[in-house]
Amino acid sequence: GFGSLMQDVLWCFSQVKGTIDVGVTEADVISTVEFNHTGELLATGDKGGRVVIFQREQESKNQPHRRGEYNVYSTFQSHEPEFDYLKSLEIEEKINKIRWLPQQNAAYFLLSTNDKTVKLWKVSERDKRPEGYNLKDEDGRLRDPSMITMLRVPVLRPMDLMVEATPRRVFANAHTYHINSISVNSDYETYMSADDLRINLWNFEITNQSFNIVDIKPANMEELTEVITAAEFHPHHCNTFVYSSSKGTIRLCDMRTSALCDRHAKFFEEPEDPSNRSFFSEIISSISDVKFSHSGRFIMTRDYLTVKVWDLNMENRPIETYQVHDYLRSKLCSLYENDCIFDKFECVWNGSDSVIMTGSYNNFFRMFDRNTKRDVTLEASRENSKPRAILKPRKVCVGGKRRKDEISVDSLDFSKKILHTAWHPSENIIAVAATNNLYIFQDKVN
Amino acid sequence: QDSQEKETVAPERAEEAKLKAKYPNLGQKPGGSDFLMKRLQKGQKYFDSGDYNMAKAKMKNKQLPSAGPDKNLVTGDHIPTPQDLPQRKSSLVTSKLAG
Repeated sequence: GFGSLMQDVLWCFSQVKGTIDVGVTEADVISTVEFNHTGELLATGDKGGRVVIFQREQESKNQPHRRGEYNVYSTFQSHEPEFDYLKSLEIEEKINKIRWLPQQNAAYFLLSTNDKTVKLWKVSERDKRPEGYNLKDEDGRLRDPSMITMLRVPVLRPMDLMVEATPRRVFANAHTYHINSISVNSDYETYMSADDLRINLWNFEITNQSFNIVDIKPANMEELTEVITAAEFHPHHCNTFVYSSSKGTIRLCDMRTSALCDRHAKFFEEPEDPSNRSFFSEIISSISDVKFSHSGRFIMTRDYLTVKVWDLNMENRPIETYQVHDYLRSKLCSLYENDCIFDKFECVWNGSDSVIMTGSYNNFFRMFDRNTKRDVTLEASRENSKPRAILKPRKVCVGGKRRKDEISVDSLDFSKKILHTAWHPSENIIAVAATNNLYIFQDKVN
Repeated sequence: QDSQEKETVAPERAEEAKLKAKYPNLGQKPGGSDFLMKRLQKGQKYFDSGDYNMAKAKMKNKQLPSAGPDKNLVTGDHIPTPQDLPQRKSSLVTSKLAG
């Protein structure tokens, strides 16, 4: 069950969404995956600017093995391609991030963002409609008032469930550079958006103003040495947030100390042995994702080869380091040439903060149990897609004799990257985006 | 711990030597601002009709050079042509995840 040790959890295939295409259409590539706070909804965004929301079906006693499958609930076009003629800048419609707001009424709210514009979407259900208007008939055509002899009171009649998504707010023109993160504050009134050089604070109600809270743009761009790569609010303390950099550092800021948080309250950096430095050192140390634990006591960072867990009370080094795919260290030259070295992998915590997960290549993804220190490599593939089929652990062979079910480093498919994954907030259900397919895995039901 | 680190450094250094052998003019600053500048300029699509027509005249029978593997070239000899620019999507289709 939930929070189990690695040896007790067997992961099974549950569902896969998307088509098996020989050539993948660029627009279908999934670019973000996110469960809402209850895990009832699962949202995906893609390169074509579309959002698809899945809803978990109610569990039925008739089919105990189908532990609440996720079905399509709503889909809409969130962003469209734009061209900024003033700057000769092509703005992609790709959804970089989706973040849910906690549910406060019957409707669901989420933030979705591309490189330049954040939007607040309201997703609501309509299952009744008024019938019996006086001035128009059921088709909506206006009735001639002089022909009306009786008045009637319109009544609400049930109709087929309709799920509507409407854009409630558009937060535009606040970012010169490309937005990489959005994060909802625990006050539920504000959120932040971060680009390469700046972080802005917004109020959900106000779209024509935002406060700049971090600005690392140097006066002379020739002096630029690092950029912001990710940012997130603390889960409970609404004054605290962190942001990571391309140099492998994390800064924690307190908005109470000053309006502009250019001076950090804490600075997390692991000391580097200068004799180990190579051309690749800085590139592979660039942090691609930073996530607070649910408890708020730890942060997790992902760089090219590792996942690290940091204790907020210890700035000089991480408390845990996990090797994701260290065998790639001897492939850095070709990974630099094919640009894979710049791939931005995300990382996630499970609900109890006991297990962390991140993706790799060849549609592999890795889980690390922080308590037992055991890890496992699993694969998202159509071959393992029989209902409730248990996923078999995979292993990469590093030189020497390859065992029968191992795969050698040179056989890995670097075009099959698992960059985006999500973990249900309280159960062992995970969503894994494999290019244009979304896999859902669950732990074994006894 | 020490010997283990030396073993993990060796592959990285070997890879660095491989890269420098292929691209001897690679920037002095390791992972320096060239990468960052390229990142910040993502999406930039310049078109100069003068350059375009001159390039067309010069390269009448030859292939236009494509952006080479040299990552230091932020702008280069590659003149974007109408054929190179990605086609604007004419209609927006529903995601296949919802199918």
